[in-house]
Amino acid sequence: MKKAKQIQHMISKPFDLLSEELVFIILDLVAQNPSDLKSFSLTCKWFYQVEARHRRSLKPLRAEYLPRILTRYRNTADLDLSFCPRVTDYALSVVGCLSGPTLRSVDLSRSFSFSAAGLLRLAVKCVSLVEIDLSNATEMRDAAAAVVAEAKSLERLKLGRCKKLTDMGIGCIAVGCRKLKRVSLKWCVGVGDLGVGLLAVKCKDIRSLDLSYLPITGKCLHDVLKLQHLEELLLQGCFGVDDDSLKSLTHHCNSLKNLDASSCQNLTQRGLTSLLSGAGCLERLDLAHSSSVISLDFASSLNKVSSALQSIRLDGCAVTCDGLKAIGTLCISLREVSLSKCVTVTDEGLSCLVMKLKDLRKLDITCCRKLTGVSITQVASSCPLLVSLKMESCSLVSRDAFWLIGHKCRLLEELDFTDNEIDDEGLKSISSCRSLSSLKLGICLNITDRGLSYIGMGCSNLRELDLYRSVGITDVGISSIAQGCCHLETINISYCKDITDKSLVSLSKCSMLQTFESRGCPHITCQGLAAIAVRCKRLSKLDLKKCPFINDSGLLTLAHFSQGLKQISVSETGVTDVGLVSLANIGCLQNIAAVNTRGLSPSGVAAALVGCGGLRKVKLHASLRSLLPSSLINHMEARGCSFLWKDYNNHNNSNTLQAELDPKYWKLQLEEDIEL
Amino acid sequence: MEPEDDLCQNNWGGSSSSSSSKRREQVCFTSQHKWEDASILDYEMGMEEEPAFQENSNNNNGGQVNVDFLQGVRAQAWDPRTMLSNLSFMEEKIHELQDLVHLMVARNGQLQGRQEQLVAQQQQLITTDLTSIIIQLISTAGSLLPSVKHHNMSTAPGPFTGSALFPYPREANNLASQTLNNNTCEFDLPKPIVVEEEHEMKDEDDVEEGENLLPGSYEILQLEKEEILAPHTHFCTICGKGFKRDANLRMHMRGHGDEYKTPAALAKPNKEAVPGSEPMLIKRYSCPFPGCKRNKDHKKFQPLKTILCVKNHYKRTHCDKSFTCSRCHTKKFSVIADLKTHEKHCGKNKWLCSCGTTFSRKDKLFGHIALFQGHTPAIPLEETKPSAQKGSSACENSNNNNTGMVGFNLGSATNAIEEVAQPGFMDGKIRFEDSFSPLSFDTCNFGGFHEFPRPMFDDSESSFQMLISSACGFSPRNGGESVSNTSL
Repeated sequence: MKKAKQIQHMISKPFDLLSEELVFIILDLVAQNPSDLKSFSLTCKWFYQVEARHRRSLKPLRAEYLPRILTRYRNTADLDLSFCPRVTDYALSVVGCLSGPTLRSVDLSRSFSFSAAGLLRLAVKCVSLVEIDLSNATEMRDAAAAVVAEAKSLERLKLGRCKKLTDMGIGCIAVGCRKLKRVSLKWCVGVGDLGVGLLAVKCKDIRSLDLSYLPITGKCLHDVLKLQHLEELLLQGCFGVDDDSLKSLTHHCNSLKNLDASSCQNLTQRGLTSLLSGAGCLERLDLAHSSSVISLDFASSLNKVSSALQSIRLDGCAVTCDGLKAIGTLCISLREVSLSKCVTVTDEGLSCLVMKLKDLRKLDITCCRKLTGVSITQVASSCPLLVSLKMESCSLVSRDAFWLIGHKCRLLEELDFTDNEIDDEGLKSISSCRSLSSLKLGICLNITDRGLSYIGMGCSNLRELDLYRSVGITDVGISSIAQGCCHLETINISYCKDITDKSLVSLSKCSMLQTFESRGCPHITCQGLAAIAVRCKRLSKLDLKKCPFINDSGLLTLAHFSQGLKQISVSETGVTDVGLVSLANIGCLQNIAAVNTRGLSPSGVAAALVGCGGLRKVKLHASLRSLLPSSLINHMEARGCSFLWKDYNNHNNSNTLQAELDPKYWKLQLEEDIEL
Repeated sequence: MEPEDDLCQNNWGGSSSSSSSKRREQVCFTSQHKWEDASILDYEMGMEEEPAFQENSNNNNGGQVNVDFLQGVRAQAWDPRTMLSNLSFMEEKIHELQDLVHLMVARNGQLQGRQEQLVAQQQQLITTDLTSIIIQLISTAGSLLPSVKHHNMSTAPGPFTGSALFPYPREANNLASQTLNNNTCEFDLPKPIVVEEEHEMKDEDDVEEGENLLPGSYEILQLEKEEILAPHTHFCTICGKGFKRDANLRMHMRGHGDEYKTPAALAKPNKEAVPGSEPMLIKRYSCPFPGCKRNKDHKKFQPLKTILCVKNHYKRTHCDKSFTCSRCHTKKFSVIADLKTHEKHCGKNKWLCSCGTTFSRKDKLFGHIALFQGHTPAIPLEETKPSAQKGSSACENSNNNNTGMVGFNLGSATNAIEEVAQPGFMDGKIRFEDSFSPLSFDTCNFGGFHEFPRPMFDDSESSFQMLISSACGFSPRNGGESVSNTSL
């Protein structure tokens, strides 16, 4: 009897036997899906408490709820406020008071309307703050930077686009935060040599330094390259860094692994040689859009770093055949090569480059339009370990080459065949790459459902599929993909004119689906959308532009089921005020585009705008600008929402849509545009 | 001041319109005695007299500012037509001068008896005209290119020291050669504009650092402490009143009787040296303070170049710093000019460290912070607005000054017989004022200028100096004022 009672008791409180540690382990596994966590915490009071104790990172939707959220989650270490456009000083002081001792990282990169006073609270109260992201704080001045310097334990600091910051503010941070390891000053156009120099002198632990687009010269690099632990140095678009200022540079920065000197227009081979002279262990070098010609001479400047170099980016550079050949023979350990938009690359150059690169994992030859099947064959046979191949717009490559790629490179994970001549046979061969996760087949007019079914059968790990304007695809192909690739997260079927609701219903089986783009699919209706909305709980981006049969009922379903939706485009659809206002039900919604949607009235748009509390960006027709009350627009902008007013002179009749759907007509248009 | 005016007017009238020159010359000749002696005296004593030096330095500044300024204006208002009119004006001027010299040569025979005065008078006229031509040339050339500036300035006075431009017959009698000689002397006047321009910006003490005079190649003078610190150096022999400047003393002397009113007595005592005599021994100065490096007994003796250097050096090094900055109340100076210089910059563009040290330059502050542990840049509470306002108002001020200067400097004398004594700059008053834009002025140009707040302009017979004095827009405390007022 007693035993029975005990059992009874145990059944009534079955989780007393469960230790908290075990629940934490379970929670770690559940945590991948936020809605699962929610269900878990709603199970019982104890689960609720355990979940609150377990949680370390928070990404609140509204700053107004911060007091309650932080009271519940007392162990918050990472606070991401990027969903909260408006974070006031009060909110920051709440953060400081409630989770001061535990907080380790704060992201304020998308927030505004806080000042130095709020930051001071944060810096003083959060004694163990290690990371802070203040990017896009364009109004931030030196006084606020001086306050940040109070956070003595700071290790990671991002100040991207803090345009009003000057050397003085950076100087304060340099003196205050001596433990800094990773600093990003990208686009801080007020910071010059002095500030960066002082940062390098004072913060000896810096590992990563992003100085992109700063008005610095080579002068401060003398100090920067003396840093003992520097691993990453980004100098993208530093026009002041030139050969003369680097002339006297001698350094032994053996820790440097990653150097980005892309778009440094005044840096030529001479300056680069002195920059590379002491970086013997360099692994990644980015020289995209540099002004120097990649010739034999240039390759000789890589002498010092050739032994360890693993990755080189030469996007948009003028490359010569000799240069590529020399790089291929010098840097045998290369794993990544990017020659995107290098229009001068020829078959001979690429073949010479890859000949000896047995280890090559990633190759980007986007828009190298002179390449033909010859060099692709060489790539396929020389680089069996290839993981990523991007060859958009290499339209001269023959169909056989694609077959060879699938045949030789079985480890491929990422393929971009946009605007290529690949056909079903090529797809069949590629389907043997079992680990393929991203496949882009946009504007591939030669592929049909048959080819896609091979992919569906072979590539079960596919996460991303792009079928933009691949007009040979119908519901059959999509359903075979939906059958075989259950991990699919992103799919683009824009302008595939034969797609109907059947495809959407079959795609709704992919429960991981996050991004769904079906722009310009004239046959899609609300039934198909409803299927996706109900079953794909993670849906966050939805493009329904130019789907004329999408109307309010579709949006009502979305508003009810897709609570994770962040971005939606309903331009040129049949949506009216009712549908738009119903979107206010979705708390996460950030971006709405509703241009040329005839059913919308100004009052309906106004109601929807007011209702959606988290809006960041709204794209509307320009005529609405005068029709909406200016006080509303001001209010929205104060909430952190920006407007894009579009003024298309598009009459939105069925003829233009038909014309757009015709791929030949579209290509003709494209070529005309290019010629212009 | 009236005699001065008359003098200049006479000169100008005489040189510019040959028709009236006859009469004027007569007037002048009769009224002058001992002219030549006086001028020679001045040349020699120039180094010993503080005011004389001061004139010099002020000239330099004025001249430099003047040129810079003109350049600034012209750089934005370059106009070939203007250039042409400038050139033709100068051509006209030179022709007039030539006529005048011809006249002098012609008259030479008639006026044997009064040769000395004649020479002095002619020298005076030619000096005036040449000076104006030089300035006009410099300013005209300055409008061409910024890079031309130095070239012009360093070479412009060169040719004028010789006879190249002035066709004096070599074989002429001693009058002509004497005139020539005097010219040579006189044209040293504008020369410092060029040569010493950079030095003026520096501390006087440093000026002669680079000088490598052999010991013994110069004469060492040492003034006593009292002499150095004495406020007045010129005393009236009749009533005992003291003056800072000899010119002021001479003005004062007029009150003691008619014999002091003659132009000769009022004129600056001139060079003593007889033309053709041995070259002057260079004078250098020693500080009376024993043990000082500037003292002649010091084993690494470095002499001081001028009397002003002596004064400044002695005050800076061996006197109490009695002038305190009224803004920061911390910095002290012994030379009032230093104080004024400091006050001009005090509180402006201060780069401040948390330790309280201020720096005038940002890189110095950052160097300081890099050096010391725990020091951080101090961010001012309100960022920049008040100082910006101050800056702009200062800017306005200086611009106003300069507007005046433009007006005076470049305007005038289309009519040569005008009351205004300024030769040259016939054209352009209106044009320059029209094209005047405050934006084109860099206040820094005038930095060196304000460092000398003393009354800058001694009365002098040199029209060049007068030009500068009034051009600078300062209200001179002495006689120069009336000139600038009337001319404006």
